[in-house]
Amino acid sequence: MIKFLIKGLIRDKSRSRLPIIVVTIGVFLTVWLHAYIKGFMGETIELNARFTHGHVKVMTRAYAEEMNQLPNDLALLDVSSLMEDLSQQFPDMEWAERIQFGGLLDVPDEQGETRAQGPAAGMGLDLLSKDSREAERLGLERVLVRGSLPEQPGEALISEVFSKKMDIQPGDEITLIASSMNGSMVMYNFKVSGTLSFGVEMLDRGTILADIEDIRMALDMQDAAGEIIGFLGGGYYEDKLAKETAGAFNAQYEEDPDEFAPVMKTLGQQGSMDTYIQMAGVWSYYISLVFIFAMGLVLWNAGLLGGLRRYGEVGVRLAMGEEKGHIYRTMIYESVIIGLVGSVIGTSLGLLLAWYMETHGINIEGMMDGASMMMPNTIRCRITPPDFYLGFIPGVLSTVIGTALSGIGIYKRQTAKLFKELEA
Amino acid sequence: MKNFRTCSLIMGLFLLASKGLAQPSANEILDRVDRNTYSETSILESSMTINGRRGSRTMTVRTYSVGDTQSFSEYLSPPRDAGTKMLKLEDQLWIYSPATDRIIQISGHMLRQSVMGSDLSYEDLMEDRKLTDVYEAEFLGEETMDGRPAYVLHLKARVPDLAYDSRKIWIDAERFVPLREDLFAKSGQLLKKTIFSDVKQIDGRWYPTTMVFKDMLKQGDGTEFKVLTIRFNEDIPEHIFSKASLRR
Repeated sequence: MIKFLIKGLIRDKSRSRLPIIVVTIGVFLTVWLHAYIKGFMGETIELNARFTHGHVKVMTRAYAEEMNQLPNDLALLDVSSLMEDLSQQFPDMEWAERIQFGGLLDVPDEQGETRAQGPAAGMGLDLLSKDSREAERLGLERVLVRGSLPEQPGEALISEVFSKKMDIQPGDEITLIASSMNGSMVMYNFKVSGTLSFGVEMLDRGTILADIEDIRMALDMQDAAGEIIGFLGGGYYEDKLAKETAGAFNAQYEEDPDEFAPVMKTLGQQGSMDTYIQMAGVWSYYISLVFIFAMGLVLWNAGLLGGLRRYGEVGVRLAMGEEKGHIYRTMIYESVIIGLVGSVIGTSLGLLLAWYMETHGINIEGMMDGASMMMPNTIRCRITPPDFYLGFIPGVLSTVIGTALSGIGIYKRQTAKLFKELEA
Repeated sequence: MKNFRTCSLIMGLFLLASKGLAQPSANEILDRVDRNTYSETSILESSMTINGRRGSRTMTVRTYSVGDTQSFSEYLSPPRDAGTKMLKLEDQLWIYSPATDRIIQISGHMLRQSVMGSDLSYEDLMEDRKLTDVYEAEFLGEETMDGRPAYVLHLKARVPDLAYDSRKIWIDAERFVPLREDLFAKSGQLLKKTIFSDVKQIDGRWYPTTMVFKDMLKQGDGTEFKVLTIRFNEDIPEHIFSKASLRR
């Protein structure tokens, strides 16, 4: 019977073409929008991950307890060996050493005495190694306003706002005053290679970025780092996977009572990120739910109308002696086929566009000029397992329910009246 | 009966008078402390051992001081810190780092930063004024501190620009040197604790040669400051207290 119904649908385009197109469009929008919401929410989390948190972060236990204060006196030692271990244990992940620090930037006059001074929040990261992806990760090329990225040791980037406030030009020398790993006050000279504007007040107030080896020299942190941040292989934060990774790493040090033993924290376990991740999940769930519901109504309505439109056909079939139940069942089967076909095509198209946007993204850099908050400059989708079945909920269910409701009228019609209707 | 009352009154007055003679007033005690610790000039070589969470490190410093207005310090060791110099003139402080060949003025909140990771702040180094000039003393009682009789005083700031609003200080009742000091913020929070020991007689004055400073807001076992040599009231060339000498 299924074969018969399919043939009928193929031959009678009025029964199949429009309903399938409607279902396809509805399912396509559902799948693509879900992937888009996931991608957009995720991208904001990824921005935080790239700048400070990583998907996971390795610190000493003592550092982790006071991580908001950036206690570099409690930093990780023998970092090169730890980096090797991490790369071997988690080969699919990317690892990067970072040193975050606070201090003062001092600008000298011609006599080498203080001309201007201001508080700075800084970060040491690998900017000079050939295979380092740190500059790309932070999008430094994009936010560079003047000058260039550091190309040799002793060069640093500072925020554009700070450079204007202190009247510093690329090429000028500045002195960083900060605390060394053992708490001593240290000074270190940098040449400003360029200025940055992140468009975020917090970052633009007084940021200094320099190569991690320079910061190590400055803060007396040879082969040490405050943090090692790790990024999961898929490129996106997966809370479950991050927790599994952290669990596997931390299990090795469970018996070690040393407060300076390394500990791995997931992005969700750092600061207020846990709340944000949960919030993003709930938002994503509700937005998706509302859209699926709305699409469900549209498709249900389409199913309903499709059923009602066949009023005459149903009358003829009843007049020809076809059982009411049989007609009803065949209409339901047809709607299942239409729903399935539309859902498969819609899901495929939705996934295709989502895949393209996940891979290439849509660059909205031009729209971000003058933005006052840290937002992703590329809109990306993110395909997750629900995208493969989510579209079938409105696609099949709503169509079937719509047809089922419209088909109830079949049972209310009496054969005796049908001939009169047909004569008329 | 009348004679007994007269005798009691005389004895009471005598006891009061004798007590008044034996125990100086709080401000007098403080003045005696100032006379021991304050000098017109001093040349001090000291070691500072910082006991942090990850171990200890020691540095040596030579300091020239004139009254409470001029001071010049040069770090002699370890090699990484050697050559770092600090100059204090009145209420201004400059620091010279040989690695950068820069003279930086330390001001504002930087004065509250730790000196070389120790439990002392630059503000602590800046504060050389006589206690009697800046604090009002109140006598709290007598106690025994490490087997020594001690007067306990409460000091309350009477000038606005002090790092510590009040202090509780235990003073050796015979030698008039501090034995212990608790330093408090305006809110009443205990900020620092100092234990003075190894009191020696140097140039006719008693002087504590070991001090352990503990910043109560910081982890670690405190900073031990040891006087290696100290000379009082020696002539110090005026040129030492100039910014030019920082680069020399």
